[in-house]
Amino acid sequence: MKVGVIVFPGSNCDRDMYHVLTDVFKLNAEYFWHEKELPKNIDAVILPGGFSYGDRLRSGAIAAHSPIINDVRKMAEKGIPILGVCNGFQILVEAGLLPGALLKNTSLNFMCKWTNLIVENNKTPFTNKLKLHQKIPIPIANGEGRYYVDDDTLKKLKKTNQIVFRYSEVVNGSTDRIAGVCNEFGNVVGMMPHPERATEFEINPIDTRPSSLIFESLIKTIGVKN
Amino acid sequence: MSLEPQELDDLISKIGRTPTSTELQIVAAEWSEHCSYKSSKKHLKMLPMKGPLVISEKGYDSGVLDVGDGYVITAHIESHNHPSAVEPYGGAATGVGGVIRDILSAGTRPIAIFDRLRFGDIEKDLQARWLFKNAVTGIADYGNCLGIPTIGGEVEFDECYSNYALVDVAAIGFGKKTDLIKNHARRGDLVVLLGGSTGRDGIGGSQFASDSLESEDRSAVQIPDPFIEKLIIETILEARNQNLINAMKDLGGGGLSCAVSETADALSIGIEMDVDKVHTRESDMSPDEIMVSESQERMLIITNSEKLKKLEKICEKFHVKCSLIGHVTSGNMMHVKKGKKTCANLPTAVVANANLLDRPSKKPSYLENIEHEKKLHPISNYSKMMMKLLSSPNIASKIWVYGQFDHEVGIRTVIKPGKDASVLRLDNGKFLAAKIDGNPKHCYINPREGAIGCFEEACRNVVCTGAKPIGMLDHLQFGNPENPEIFWTFLESLKGITDFAKYFEIPCVGGKVSLYNETPSGPIKPTPLIGILGLIEKKPLYSQKITNGDYLVIVGETKDELGGSEYFEYIHKFVGGKCPIVNFKESKTNMKVVLDVIGKDFLKTVHDCSKGGLAVAVSELCMINQIGCDVSLEKVPGPKLDVDRILFSESHSRYLFVLERKNLPKLEEYLGKNKVSYNMIGQFGGESIQFSRGNRPIVNLRVDKAQKTWFNSLKELVVHG
Repeated sequence: MKVGVIVFPGSNCDRDMYHVLTDVFKLNAEYFWHEKELPKNIDAVILPGGFSYGDRLRSGAIAAHSPIINDVRKMAEKGIPILGVCNGFQILVEAGLLPGALLKNTSLNFMCKWTNLIVENNKTPFTNKLKLHQKIPIPIANGEGRYYVDDDTLKKLKKTNQIVFRYSEVVNGSTDRIAGVCNEFGNVVGMMPHPERATEFEINPIDTRPSSLIFESLIKTIGVKN
Repeated sequence: MSLEPQELDDLISKIGRTPTSTELQIVAAEWSEHCSYKSSKKHLKMLPMKGPLVISEKGYDSGVLDVGDGYVITAHIESHNHPSAVEPYGGAATGVGGVIRDILSAGTRPIAIFDRLRFGDIEKDLQARWLFKNAVTGIADYGNCLGIPTIGGEVEFDECYSNYALVDVAAIGFGKKTDLIKNHARRGDLVVLLGGSTGRDGIGGSQFASDSLESEDRSAVQIPDPFIEKLIIETILEARNQNLINAMKDLGGGGLSCAVSETADALSIGIEMDVDKVHTRESDMSPDEIMVSESQERMLIITNSEKLKKLEKICEKFHVKCSLIGHVTSGNMMHVKKGKKTCANLPTAVVANANLLDRPSKKPSYLENIEHEKKLHPISNYSKMMMKLLSSPNIASKIWVYGQFDHEVGIRTVIKPGKDASVLRLDNGKFLAAKIDGNPKHCYINPREGAIGCFEEACRNVVCTGAKPIGMLDHLQFGNPENPEIFWTFLESLKGITDFAKYFEIPCVGGKVSLYNETPSGPIKPTPLIGILGLIEKKPLYSQKITNGDYLVIVGETKDELGGSEYFEYIHKFVGGKCPIVNFKESKTNMKVVLDVIGKDFLKTVHDCSKGGLAVAVSELCMINQIGCDVSLEKVPGPKLDVDRILFSESHSRYLFVLERKNLPKLEEYLGKNKVSYNMIGQFGGESIQFSRGNRPIVNLRVDKAQKTWFNSLKELVVHG
């Protein structure tokens, strides 16, 4: 069982994610440089946060055209669990694997702060050990984190249960306080907050359990004995 | 952009001929104050640089400390004042970039950034507000993109910085001792320039920074590109892992001129290079421009032909350019060619070692009467006055600033910004605490005691987290050193810092001197900054929430020391009086006692008492914990003083402890044994911050109201002001 962590030029949460997967949750993980191919035996893919290509053009816009995204697309079609965090989420949106767009925060500033998420869909590979409406204390850190969809798409997202997380408060002006969504099949999930920054006691003084359940959900999904 | 007449004579006599134009440019850059430290170097030798944990190697741009288990931390501090005063976004951003590359040069991964920002009075001065806003964004955009957390800082406003800006950036690196680059080179080794292209930005930047700021020379300001810097970091660390780097230096002030001459001089080698081999942004750059351009995101690497192939492969992976620009020779000459034509051929020792000066100094006349206090208007309503003080840009929460910095990335940040000192976890299970402090208001009144105070305050902040200070960085910022009165303040501050460092056995592991910080309206106040690194062997003090009934204990004496206080300057608009003086013995005892008590594991939190005095320190505890507190001023240890003096004196060596009631006897027993001044002065609970003397109420503030003002006033000023 192996989790692939994709590294783009400018990714900067790749090492944090790798640490949490391997040292905290004892998963077998491997880095994949964006110009490489993804091997067939990968059980899950994570696109970590950062500033791929320095956020030029638009955050995630250039990385969405990396060679490896073709493999990610194929895996998404096969139903393999794929998680994009922060810039990873922006890349998945730019690649058309997730709906919507991520715009500049209403403050027009980069924002780094702790907030709370509410679980809205606990059927995805990354949330199936969480309770519906469970609260997750978690940090955000982004400049273009305001999730936007038009009214029709929002209606559809609600109908097809594609809203995975909402902020418990108005944080950055996101449509309907959306913090994370999934594709129609539920296997591709994107979220702006950073679960890898909230699973260890030393750096999360509030509660490490809820964010840990995101990773434990993945473990349950791909069938690794912890 | 040129040498002084006597410096030119000196150069001619040293090389025995008239220098070429390229030679003049190279020497002018390297002999500038910014690069050569010609005014300060003689005196800086007084600082203690050695210690049991200090690792010194030739050619390092950063200090290195052994933190055990085969790991080291590196640290460095830089300023980018002149550029930031002209172009705050680019100036501040490239300030971050430069200090990060110093950390990288030692072969360590940068893990944290600190920034200290100083501007004019942003309440009145719109330009100061503009500078402040853009400097913050510059730092945020650069540091966030690199994925290096900005975990601490300080922001201060004072009229002496009008039309100017002090932007100081410090960085910390972490790595394995075995991965440190042991700078070495031998004849035939190759000289490689790696990273961004060399352009016409930052031409003459170091000379620009070595003069008073009179013109807005924008072309002297460098252009930031954090994306390239990020790629360089990963390229260099991968090259380090494969042992491909023999020696390395970052290109900063003076560009190639300084990097080449200083590397050659430090390693006792010669370097021959060809400017045509340098990858440039424009095709028609002259050799002079190429040699002194301060374009950012460039590293000079010495390697050999076998290693170069592997290095080129890594560069290809990251799409980072690298050019083979020259080779190491056996002489001690810096030989710059354009194709076959020689542009410069100078002994490296001459280039890298400007004549050091012994500038005259004289006590400034303004100090004669500065300690004399004027009669103050009596305060009729202390509660109202307190609200005003909490909204002072110097006291108000800086959340608007640090909220724009990614302070979590790297998942090491244990104690986050907004507290006394920030704490990072290290891979060996230990923790590193760090803090930088400055206090120009105190230093203006007494340059020596003020500087010592900055040192003690930074130590105190680190001690509050449970860390023992292990190393110090100093950054000495003053006006024009050619003015004997300014030079006197520089020397006094340096002597004070030296005395404290020696008494406390805290080695200076790095530093920087920045002079000529003045505009046509005058020099800045003396602004030495002290950064302290502290090590925590087991665990930091994780603050616990303060609850009803908890006790407040103060350690240390509150003295009649209001000179340079926020109370005098912000409330009474009075500059003068006696600034706080550190009693070394008391300071040492208190630090030791505080660390011992934290180790006993029954304190809920420890907070340092500094700017704004006891009144602000207690209010901060209340506002952060959203709880009231009732403080009896007559219980505060120290000489008998008027209430305003007890509330707002900024005396050093004071700490606030919060603990559960049941633990007070344990604490008293320990403190009593160690003969420190302390007292239980208050109890938490309710919804108001209250100070009283005897039965007479002095201050009564609702916590929620105070908190709102304290949290929002800086933001309101910047966003809506």
